[in-house]
Amino acid sequence: MRGNNVVGIIFSNMNEELVRELTEGRTMGSVPFGCRYRLIDFPLSNMVNSGINKVGVVTKRNYQSLMDHLGSGKSWDLSKRRDGLFILPPFGNSSSEFNNRVETLYAIKGFILNSREEYVLLCDCDVVCNINYQEVIKQHLKKQADITIIYKRGIVPSKMNTPLILSLNTDGRVKETYINPKIESECSYGINMILMKKNLLIKLVAECMSKNEVNFKRDLIQKNISKYRVFGYEFEGFMKVIMSINSYFEANMALMSKEVRDQLFYNYRPIYTKVRDDMSAKYEQNAIVKNSLVANGCKIDGEVENSILFRGVKIGKGSKISNCVIMQDTIIGNGCNLSYVISDKDVTIKQERTLMGFKSYPVYISKASLV
Amino acid sequence: MFPKQEVVAMLLAGGQGSRLGVLTNKLAKPAVPYGGKYRIIDFALSNCVNSGIEAVGVLTQYQPLILNEYISNGQPWDLDSMNSGVQILSPYQRIRGADWYKGTANAIYQNINYIERYNPEYVIVLSGDHIYKMDYSKMIAFHKEKEADCTIAVINVAREEASRFGILNINPDLSIYEFDEKPENPKSTKASMGVYVFNWNKLKEYLILDYKNKESDNDFGKDILPAMLNAGEKLFAYEFNGYWKDVGTINSLWEANMDLLGSNNTFDLSDESWKIYSKNPVKPPQYIAESAEVKNSLIGDGCNIYGKVDFSVLFDSIYVGKNAVIRDSIIMPGAIIEEGAVIKYSIVSENTVVKKNAIVGSCPNEVLNKDDWGITVVGDNITIGENAIVAAKSMIDKNVSGVKNNERK
Repeated sequence: MRGNNVVGIIFSNMNEELVRELTEGRTMGSVPFGCRYRLIDFPLSNMVNSGINKVGVVTKRNYQSLMDHLGSGKSWDLSKRRDGLFILPPFGNSSSEFNNRVETLYAIKGFILNSREEYVLLCDCDVVCNINYQEVIKQHLKKQADITIIYKRGIVPSKMNTPLILSLNTDGRVKETYINPKIESECSYGINMILMKKNLLIKLVAECMSKNEVNFKRDLIQKNISKYRVFGYEFEGFMKVIMSINSYFEANMALMSKEVRDQLFYNYRPIYTKVRDDMSAKYEQNAIVKNSLVANGCKIDGEVENSILFRGVKIGKGSKISNCVIMQDTIIGNGCNLSYVISDKDVTIKQERTLMGFKSYPVYISKASLV
Repeated sequence: MFPKQEVVAMLLAGGQGSRLGVLTNKLAKPAVPYGGKYRIIDFALSNCVNSGIEAVGVLTQYQPLILNEYISNGQPWDLDSMNSGVQILSPYQRIRGADWYKGTANAIYQNINYIERYNPEYVIVLSGDHIYKMDYSKMIAFHKEKEADCTIAVINVAREEASRFGILNINPDLSIYEFDEKPENPKSTKASMGVYVFNWNKLKEYLILDYKNKESDNDFGKDILPAMLNAGEKLFAYEFNGYWKDVGTINSLWEANMDLLGSNNTFDLSDESWKIYSKNPVKPPQYIAESAEVKNSLIGDGCNIYGKVDFSVLFDSIYVGKNAVIRDSIIMPGAIIEEGAVIKYSIVSENTVVKKNAIVGSCPNEVLNKDDWGITVVGDNITIGENAIVAAKSMIDKNVSGVKNNERK
C-alpha cells in the first residue's frame, strides 16, 4: 500500500551559500554526491519510500541542472496522473520573492492549500541520510503533536547554519529552543525537517508575514513553542550535514565504511536517482583499485585508492588517484598523480599532471576545467 | 486511429534456447542476462530506437513472464509513446480454435492485424537473441535503393564455420540467387543474420500463401525466403561489417561476454552515439575493498568486492568475499561468492550462493582429457556447499552439499 496524508516540500537552494564552489552553477539539491547521486535524491527517495506521493520542490535560482536531473520525476516514481512531482520556481510580483523560508512558504501557499493531504513535511537538501518518515508521522499522531521537529543527538557540526537546539522533556516535548548558542557538548539539534498540519503552517506563515517577522526558526518556531504542542523526533541513523567543502569531502569519504553504506542504502528503502544507461564499470589490465567506490560507466587503467569515482570517469594508465572525489565524466590522462582533490564534472586532466591537496584542505577543480 | 509508420519492427523473442540449459529453465533466451547489466533483447530494442523505428512488436511464446515484466511498457527504451512503442504479442485464441506460433513466419502471420494498424511500407523482422549494434535505417535505405522486395542482412563468417549458418549465394550486384541452409560445402561465407526487411504488401502475400500450405514449417529461412526466390522476387543481401554474435550455446554466450574484456575487447558498449538501453537496477555504487584485486573485468552497481576478480563479468549486487578468486567467469545479479571460494571458467546464475572454499569449474589446462573440459554452469538460486567441488563442463540445477575439508577428493 502506498500513500499517506502528507505532502512533501523540499527547499533545493537552502544553505547553498555555504558550499559556494559546488553551487556556483547549480542548486544545493543538484550537488553530486556519492558516485551517482545528487543531494536531492536523499530527501526525495526518503519521502517516496515513506509513502509520500506528492512533493513540491522549491527552487529559487540556478535550477537548470536540478530540472534536468528531476525531469518528470520518473526515476523516483513521481511521474503520476494524480500528484507526483511539482517544481515551484518563483513567480508573481515582488511580494512573492523567495528570500527566506517564511516568504517562500507564503508564496507557495496555493500549492500547499490545494493539496488533498492534511499534513506537510518540510525538508532541505543539505542533510544526507536515509530516514523513514512513516515513523515520524506515526509519532506525530500518537503524541497528538502540532509540530514535530526531527533532530539528531550529538555535537553540533561546526559551521552548521544557525542550528536550532532543542531542550526536551522526558516525553519528547520541546520545552525550549535555542538558536545558534555556544554549546560544545552533546545536545539535540534540528536537522531542518519539520512536520505539521498544513493549515497550521499556513496560519503561522500568515501571522509572521503580517508582522513582517520572517525568520522561520526565530519567528515561526521559537515564538510558538509554548503556544503549541511541539515534539522532537530523534533520528538515530547515519547522517551528515553538508555545510562546507570540507564536510562535503568528509561525507563522501564516510561512504567507504560498510556500516555507513548499510544505513544509507538500506535495501528496502533504496535511494533513487536519474538513470544514465552507462555500461558497467570497466577495469583494465593495469587497474589497481583499493578501498574505493566506483560508479557505472567508469574505465580504470590506473591506481585508485580511498576515492569516490562518479559515473563515466576515465583514469589513464599509470595514474595514481588517492583520497579524491572525482565527479562524473572527468577524464584523467596517463601518468597523473592526484591526492585530496575534488574534481567537479566534465573536468579534463591531461597526462602527467600532479595535483595535491591536504586532508583539511582538498583542492577543488571547477566544472569543465582543463588542467 | 494509429499514425502511419513507414517501418514496423517485428522482434522474434519466443525461442527457448534449449542449448543454454539451466540458464533458460525459467526464461526465454532473449531475456538471458549479458554484459554486466543487459539482457540480450536490449540490443535489438536499442537498435530499433537508435534507428528511428517507433513501433516494435515483440513475439513471445516460451516462458514469457520475465521478458514481459522486463519490457513492460517499454519506457527504458523510450518505446512508451502514446500511439506506438513496444507491444508484446503473445499467441491468442480465436473464434475457431487457438494456435501456438508454429514457426517464425506463422508468428508474424498471426499478428497481421498488429502490423496493419500502422499501414507500413516496410516490415523489418528481427531476432531477439543476437548481440550486435546495427543501424537498421541504413539497411532500409539500401532496400529502397535496390527496389528490393526483401533484403537480408549478411555477415562474413569463417569458412569452417559457414556450415552452421544459413548461407546466401550472391551475384556481384548483391542480389541473391541461392539460399543454402547449413550447407555441407558452402559456396560463400555470407551468413544470414536473421535480419530481414520486406515490403509489407509482398510479405503479407507470402505469409498468407504459406499459411495455406499444409506442408510448410511456417519458417522464414526454410519456407518464406525460398518461396520468394523461386517466384522471382528481388532479394538482396545487405553486408554488415560490425560485431555480431548469436549466443545460442553456453560457449558462445561465454565468449560474447569475454569479448567485452581486456585485450580481447572487440565490442564497445560505451559508445555514446549508439547507446544500449536497459532497465537499470536501483543500487548503490560498487565498493572495491582494500583486499580486492580487480583487473580486466566489468563490475556492476551494488557489488561488494573483497576478493580477486580477473577477466570476468560481474552483474549488479554481487558479494565476493576475501581470498575468493573469480577468473574467466560470468556472475549474474545477486550472487554471493564467499571467502576463499574459487570460480573458474563458469557461469553462475542469479542469487546463487557459493559457500566458503568451494571450487566451481576449472581451467582448460587443469583437465587431463580435453573432451572433459568446458564451461561450468550453475543455475539460479542454488547453494554450492562449503568445500564442494564442481567439475568442469557440469551443469548444476540442484543444490550441491558441502563436505568437510579433509574429505575433499
